[in-house]
Amino acid sequence: MMSAREREQSTRAELVETIFEKSKPGRRAAVLPPAEVPEPPLDELIPADLLRAEPPRLPEVAEPEIVRHYNRLSRRNFDLDTGFYPLGSCTMKHNPRLNERVAALPGHARLHPAQDPKRAQGALELMWLLQESLAEICGLPHVSLQPSAGSHGELAGLLLTRAFHADRGEARTKVLAPDTSHGTNPASVTMAGYEIVKVATDERGGVEMDDLRAKVDDEVACLMLTNPNTLGLFDENIAEMAALIHAVGGTLYYDGANLNAVMGQSRPGDMGFDIVHVNLHKSFSQPHGGGGPGAGPIAVSERIEPFLPRPQVVRRESGNGSGPSYDLDHERPRSIGRLRGFQGNFGVFVRSYAYILSLGADGLAEASETAVLNANYLKARLAEGRAGKYTPVAFDRHCMHEFVLSGKPMKRDLGIATLDLAKRLLDFGFHPPTVYFPLLVEEALMIEPTETETKESLDAFADAIEQILTEAETEPEKAKNAPYTTPVRRLDEVKATRKPVVRQPLG
Amino acid sequence: MTRYTSATPDDRAEMLAAIGVESTADLFAQIPEPLRLGRPLALPAGMSEAEVYERLAALAARNADCEEQVCFLGAGMYDHYVPAIVDAITQRSEFLTPYTPYQPEISQGGLQAMFEFQTAMSELTALPVSNAGLYEGPSSVASAAYLALGASKGRRRIVVSRGVHPHSRETLATYSQGFGAEVEEVGLDGGVTDAAALARAVDGETAAVFLQSPNFLGAIEDVEALGGAAEEHGALLIVAVDPMTLGVLRPPGEQGADIALGEGQPLGNRLDFGGPSFGFFCGSEELIRKMPGRIAGETDDADGRRGFVLTLQTREQHIRREKATHNICTAQALNALAATIHLAWLGREGFRELGELLVRRTAYARERLAAAPGVELLYEAPVAREFALRLDAPVDRVLDRCAERGIAAGYPLGREYPEYEDGLLVAITERRTKAQIDDFAEVLGAAISAEMVAAS
Repeated sequence: MMSAREREQSTRAELVETIFEKSKPGRRAAVLPPAEVPEPPLDELIPADLLRAEPPRLPEVAEPEIVRHYNRLSRRNFDLDTGFYPLGSCTMKHNPRLNERVAALPGHARLHPAQDPKRAQGALELMWLLQESLAEICGLPHVSLQPSAGSHGELAGLLLTRAFHADRGEARTKVLAPDTSHGTNPASVTMAGYEIVKVATDERGGVEMDDLRAKVDDEVACLMLTNPNTLGLFDENIAEMAALIHAVGGTLYYDGANLNAVMGQSRPGDMGFDIVHVNLHKSFSQPHGGGGPGAGPIAVSERIEPFLPRPQVVRRESGNGSGPSYDLDHERPRSIGRLRGFQGNFGVFVRSYAYILSLGADGLAEASETAVLNANYLKARLAEGRAGKYTPVAFDRHCMHEFVLSGKPMKRDLGIATLDLAKRLLDFGFHPPTVYFPLLVEEALMIEPTETETKESLDAFADAIEQILTEAETEPEKAKNAPYTTPVRRLDEVKATRKPVVRQPLG
Repeated sequence: MTRYTSATPDDRAEMLAAIGVESTADLFAQIPEPLRLGRPLALPAGMSEAEVYERLAALAARNADCEEQVCFLGAGMYDHYVPAIVDAITQRSEFLTPYTPYQPEISQGGLQAMFEFQTAMSELTALPVSNAGLYEGPSSVASAAYLALGASKGRRRIVVSRGVHPHSRETLATYSQGFGAEVEEVGLDGGVTDAAALARAVDGETAAVFLQSPNFLGAIEDVEALGGAAEEHGALLIVAVDPMTLGVLRPPGEQGADIALGEGQPLGNRLDFGGPSFGFFCGSEELIRKMPGRIAGETDDADGRRGFVLTLQTREQHIRREKATHNICTAQALNALAATIHLAWLGREGFRELGELLVRRTAYARERLAAAPGVELLYEAPVAREFALRLDAPVDRVLDRCAERGIAAGYPLGREYPEYEDGLLVAITERRTKAQIDDFAEVLGAAISAEMVAAS
């Protein structure tokens, strides 16, 4: 008889076959409806030189094996529904199943995007209600739901900034962002045709105000910030920064990746921001799906509103007592235009609106409060014992919803890098924190527990870190060669890059 | 405590003590007082799960979806049947709830699924390299222009056919405000791109030529013939395709395309009022290091076992920052998985058969509808799964009359093509039966006749 371990390994061996390798001519899953109409040869309908000679070599597999293949694949994933996922900046909070249920209602799921607005009133009202809710949460009066993700929202915000300046007859060239910013910020700046200018971080983890003052001039189109920033710290100089930027006529852009710290507590609009993107797949519980879908609505101030993407959902009062109606407004002459097809990731809007309805005003504020409590508690636990010694917090003050440790002493004293600690955590059943970000912290570990986690989970994570560091004092190789219990061990990324194999070769 | 959090009053007391503060207010003290909201959000109180369900079900009930109406709408998104296994698999926690696979040792399921997706899309388009997906179709078009400008080292012109989806052309125009492309549009002649006008528009400053086939009006373009102009001037030939037609139509990779891309919704994704779906993006080998988005690659682990990783990450924003090939981060992995499962379910034969079914039902519908009173074809060129008609009565009023009879008759062309103000775009899927098509022909004819009577 096979041992459990052997069984596991033989399963693994079988699993590395792709669906294409399971293909056998003559097998199939789909049975299609009968044609019911005349069936002339295809080349009587379409010229032969526009027809395909051989169909694409898709796999030939019956349904039971397709189901087994993907179910087995799924077991090679770690997921939020199974365990703690403290991935900094990603807000891995619980994804309520209610949201999946309401998104799947045929009135949502089978609604064609080009349906006449008269016959999509429920969908447009939902979008309008979500816009209103996000406007209130962000403290800004107008919202476009169109951007597909945070990075798309950033690009939208920068194009809005460009349109805003162009409208005043100005062509500015520079966008400022702190050196702690998310990688999407500078990438978006380049795509929007601006030059990025980095602003330094001070010893408290905020924007270095002298550096900012030195770089602010009338060539500055925009300042992009997260607040709390990627160190998990609220920048208390934000009002002064806003005044500086506004004084030279620039806009302030808020990267909403960290909004989960401040819902119902503080609002970007009140801080002076003109444009905010909201990651619905972070603060508003849309499942991350292994890398999307998400959505990145933007909230803006009055002066930016004329330039919002089209179409825009609008509400019209009837005036005859029959209640309001909703429409898509395409007539926006100063709009930057479309950012994508149709109205945006509506299925995501349904889930996030369900989440907002579920929590309500108090629940959202409490979610942020608990996220901050959990982060500070875990930070306190990790200030004890070996973690405090080997992986000290980078900026030692109260944090908001996340915090950053530095593995520099660990690397120096134990010879194991942040990557090793992260890989060893996999053997303990935890997803590692975000590593090597932000860039200004050496051997960074960025930890965001979210409000989802129990005190017991946080304690177990802190205990695991302590155990790994204890082990590393005597057996550093353990961490250096980790993980051991995962479906595969460390992968050769150099090989994958040098000679990329990005598809299955088919005979 | 809400139903999605767990901290009891005792937990809170213990946690606050460990932190060394009296209350969470001390933690929020880092926010300057004037910036604290100091009042509850002006939103309703939280609701029970049952109440939220009822509220959203009531909103959903006010939409005429494809179960309530017989849907002939297309214009880039189509009412295909999504097999049950797509829902069953994509709703598994292990696919639904992880983040992007930055830790490959515990993400082999998602990474292998990406690799299979890339293989499938590469097969469909007959181009060697596919990424793991972008947001959706039109933004993929704009992203390809960004690639083309970067790859051309100094060329600024983009030539685009008016047959490319209007949402794609408008998104391209929006993005171009940022990266500074000059976009020139080439008109249509007889439903397809005007070849002579295209040849005149392309020059040595042109970075890319964009075509779509079947084009927005449904007509199949002769991509190979049109692409000659791009080749002659060293511009990239970029072709948007409807993936569901690629079981029968000649793939862009065999017609000289450098990049094939498009809207992925027809593959395994529901309509969802426009999203989430995904965009696909395939190209030639030379373009692999310039491509946007995630790419999964095959490699070995420390014990020599086969595994998959995100590869060529030095293209991406989290590594390259302002020098990245694109700013995209979160994309549409779950939607791409849905497509992969749908394609495996269809399989090699089923995919071809479905393409043939679409072509034949569409040919039948085109003939049947064009025979209705007050209806004629907008053009004669061959089509695959969608076609355009001219109506002898105001299109919006005809649409209303059809809607009253339970039919979503199609997409009115007037807003985006003022030259086809009387135009109606009609799409067919395998869900549209012969009986529905026959009924539609009757309803459409009756609606037009009624409008003509009302107008006279």
